[in-house]
Amino acid sequence: MIPKNQRGTAVNGRRQFLRWMAAAMVVATLPARLWAARPNAAFEGENPDSVLKELFGDIGIQDSSQITLKVPDIAENGAVVPVTVATDLPGVEAIYILVDNNPTPLSAAFTLSPKIPSDVSTRIKMGGSSMVRAMVKTSDGVFTTGKEVKVTIGGCGG
Amino acid sequence: MATKKVKIRAKIKNGVAQIKALMPHPMETGTRRDATSGEVIPAHYIEEVTCSLNGEVILTGHWGPSVSKNPYFSFNVLDAKPGDTISITWVDNLGESSSGEAVLK
Repeated sequence: MIPKNQRGTAVNGRRQFLRWMAAAMVVATLPARLWAARPNAAFEGENPDSVLKELFGDIGIQDSSQITLKVPDIAENGAVVPVTVATDLPGVEAIYILVDNNPTPLSAAFTLSPKIPSDVSTRIKMGGSSMVRAMVKTSDGVFTTGKEVKVTIGGCGG
Repeated sequence: MATKKVKIRAKIKNGVAQIKALMPHPMETGTRRDATSGEVIPAHYIEEVTCSLNGEVILTGHWGPSVSKNPYFSFNVLDAKPGDTISITWVDNLGESSSGEAVLK
């Protein structure tokens, strides 16, 4: 039995160990983080304008017909909305998916190496009907296209 | 909590490898309430996904809580050959992580 006055330190030791483990895991993922850091402030942005400002600063964003955004016109279940973004713009560095009316509009950001054709698919949640936007950052600037999606049952529900 | 492996399906077609991944994860937004207790369920979501081809990082995904539960994710890789290894690792906001690997055929 551990004397009462030392029990605290045993717990502390374990906590410290857990903290150390967590730190080690962060270190293990460091190369990826150096490759591209997570834009945390943009993920916390609560309206599309603040997200775009965090991501791109004051760079002008141009509409582009060279981006294909595949989302359903009507999503029956807002919890699972399939999204595909593809583009033949040259020099693609990153692809972002935004849902204007979600509590935090930025849903996903992908950083691509030149070995990846610019074509990614995932599934996102939508709290309600909203404009869904794909933003593509290339070496020449930032390009976007958007589509209105009607949601019959919201996916952030509580 | 134990984490489940990333499931990967990879297929080469005309020199382009199509990679599909499924990651079992609750993806809690932090805004949902427990139906019986009414308490807010804490946020628990994948923040970062890293995809490598033969150990070299080729794609990173940064996600918010608005990616669907049990995320599905797919992309293509140019110049991939049979025998190449695709690995996908994720880390969530609580520091948990998991990974999966597939050899291209």
